Amino acid sequence: MRRFLLEGLIRRPLTESAPGPDRDATDELAEALARLTRAKLGRSLSIRHVDAGSCNGCELELQALSNPFYDLERFGLHFVASPRHADVLTVTGPVTRNMAEALRRTYDAMPDPKWVIAIGDCAREGGCFAGSYAIVGGVNAVVPVDIHISGCPPDPTALLKGLLALVERMGVRARPG
Amino acid sequence: MTKLPDLAWLRSRDFRAGPFPVSPVTARGWTALAHALAADRFTLMSLWGEAGAVCMALHDAEARRVAVARLDGVTGGFPSVGLLHAPAQRLERSVADLFGMVPLGAPDARPWLDHGRWGIAHPLGAAAAQTAQQPYPFLPVEGTSLHQVPVGPVHAGIIEPGHFRFTAQGETVARLEERLGYVHKGLDRLMQGATLARGAELAGRTSGDSTVAYAWAFAQATEAALCVAVPERAFWLRALMAELERLANHLGDIGAICNDAAFAMMLAQASVLREKALRAAQAAFGHRFMRDQIVPGGVSADLSPEGEAVLAALIAEIRERFPALVALYDNTASLLDRTVGTGRVGADLARRFGAGGYVGRASGRDFDTRRDLRHAPYDMLRTEVPLRREGDVNARIWVRIREVEQICSLVTQMLNTLRPGPVRTEVVPVGEARTGLGLVEGFRGDILVWLSLDAEANIRRCHMRDPSWFQWPLLEAAIEGNIIADFPLCNKSFNCSYSGHDL
Repeated sequence: MRRFLLEGLIRRPLTESAPGPDRDATDELAEALARLTRAKLGRSLSIRHVDAGSCNGCELELQALSNPFYDLERFGLHFVASPRHADVLTVTGPVTRNMAEALRRTYDAMPDPKWVIAIGDCAREGGCFAGSYAIVGGVNAVVPVDIHISGCPPDPTALLKGLLALVERMGVRARPG
Repeated sequence: MTKLPDLAWLRSRDFRAGPFPVSPVTARGWTALAHALAADRFTLMSLWGEAGAVCMALHDAEARRVAVARLDGVTGGFPSVGLLHAPAQRLERSVADLFGMVPLGAPDARPWLDHGRWGIAHPLGAAAAQTAQQPYPFLPVEGTSLHQVPVGPVHAGIIEPGHFRFTAQGETVARLEERLGYVHKGLDRLMQGATLARGAELAGRTSGDSTVAYAWAFAQATEAALCVAVPERAFWLRALMAELERLANHLGDIGAICNDAAFAMMLAQASVLREKALRAAQAAFGHRFMRDQIVPGGVSADLSPEGEAVLAALIAEIRERFPALVALYDNTASLLDRTVGTGRVGADLARRFGAGGYVGRASGRDFDTRRDLRHAPYDMLRTEVPLRREGDVNARIWVRIREVEQICSLVTQMLNTLRPGPVRTEVVPVGEARTGLGLVEGFRGDILVWLSLDAEANIRRCHMRDPSWFQWPLLEAAIEGNIIADFPLCNKSFNCSYSGHDL
């Protein structure tokens, strides 16, 4: 274990580093995201996630946001275990009839102001599952959606972009209290 | 005991190359098969409904052959297999939910996938308006000082939804009862009448972490049914993708299991390797999860020489960095204290349920589709199947550690064998109805796809059985006598699929 701790101290971090002259999209995005969350939220935005019927693909990419490459928490964005602690609800999947109530209740349990991000192609109108007897439809069939992030599944960079878009919109929409 | 009905038993070389004949049985023969399952003569691979019929896929492990029995003329009910052989129970409850055909004499008559919210009853049978929703009666637990802890369907982490009802005595779990079906999307009905292209799309979205394995199993079933000769290079590319998918999942889960024992460092280190595997997949195959890359007839895009180099570099890096992680796991006493002896699954249960993947192999069930029901290209590769007998969380981790090492060997062998050539051939209808079976070893275990096509090669019925069907019940057994706080650890060491199970 000592070896890993020591390496952690002396090695360059894996996290996509601060923007340089030839920065790629991720770096650019990371910088913009950090600036915006700090300005609007004082470095704190809590996200609660609900899988309302997804195939699990989107969840895997959401989990990847916490790996050392994307390190979501450096922006002050973090996933929380309870909707009562959350500002943002991320929802994946076509909403199944069996999950619609649980999704609605999770949304209702969140304090205002709150925002909803629908993630993945299925979250819009149900994607390739649309028309099934077991599907209500997209996320907006159950809760109001502020931002939609497309992809099957959207990769972590697309997810970061979506979070950025939401943070930008927050300034013009809901106000606390 | 009644005489067993004559079944058309097929070895893998036969059902992988051609259509799979169904063996019609009488109700008496059906029951005789249930007795044979209970007597451990065969393993139940799946049980599903069709229009007016129920089917069972059986595996004869010793003879390495498979048969599909069908009981026709079922109107209201059929003799319950679950009455004699518990692994069939949830499958039968699903048949009752979807088709309205009732397993007669079944010990558990509660609905399973149907939560009373679809608006229609028996969507695949004689669909009717649904009656009012009934509360779901959980199984009674009797004893002193018991309390219940309901968890889900919305869980604390970024994971899939399902409900767990714990009954605990102090900290110790007396009973866990699962309730699933929350992510039921009605895939079986969406498949009916679909084209093969649409079917492949849906199959690849059955369980996101196993998109390659599902797409491959679906393609196998199609190609077997229609006798399609797939170009050799396509087999190699498919296997490369399947192993890459297995690698990414194993790496992610090894880290996540340790994280559930509060050892976050392993998650951080393993997730770095996982991310590198996903990026290699993106570079080599154009998608991080390689979704929609395997299609009936071959693969949708070829692998470039640069892609091959990326894969070789990935394997070199895993070989260099992974042993240190294994040593870290093995030398951290506080971590082993949580994993050793926790969540034990007995060998008898694993065998009876035909548990696939690391759940079975950590409990001494020596089965791997890649070796025991072979298909190309694994018949040309050296495949070793790691096996443990303790059946605890630690054993499941070790099986996966050994599988990571095995994957490195397989990918290297494949990259050395790969030769240029076509990667896709056309799939054409044969002008008659056909049935085919696909069986692929996903990272979680064996995935079964049963496909019934009409004369135009459109889908009449597609049944997909996730390995989780036979693993979820074992999780209930594994947690008994453990403390609730160890449930995340046990659950992650199984990592069953919700979406693949609920369909």
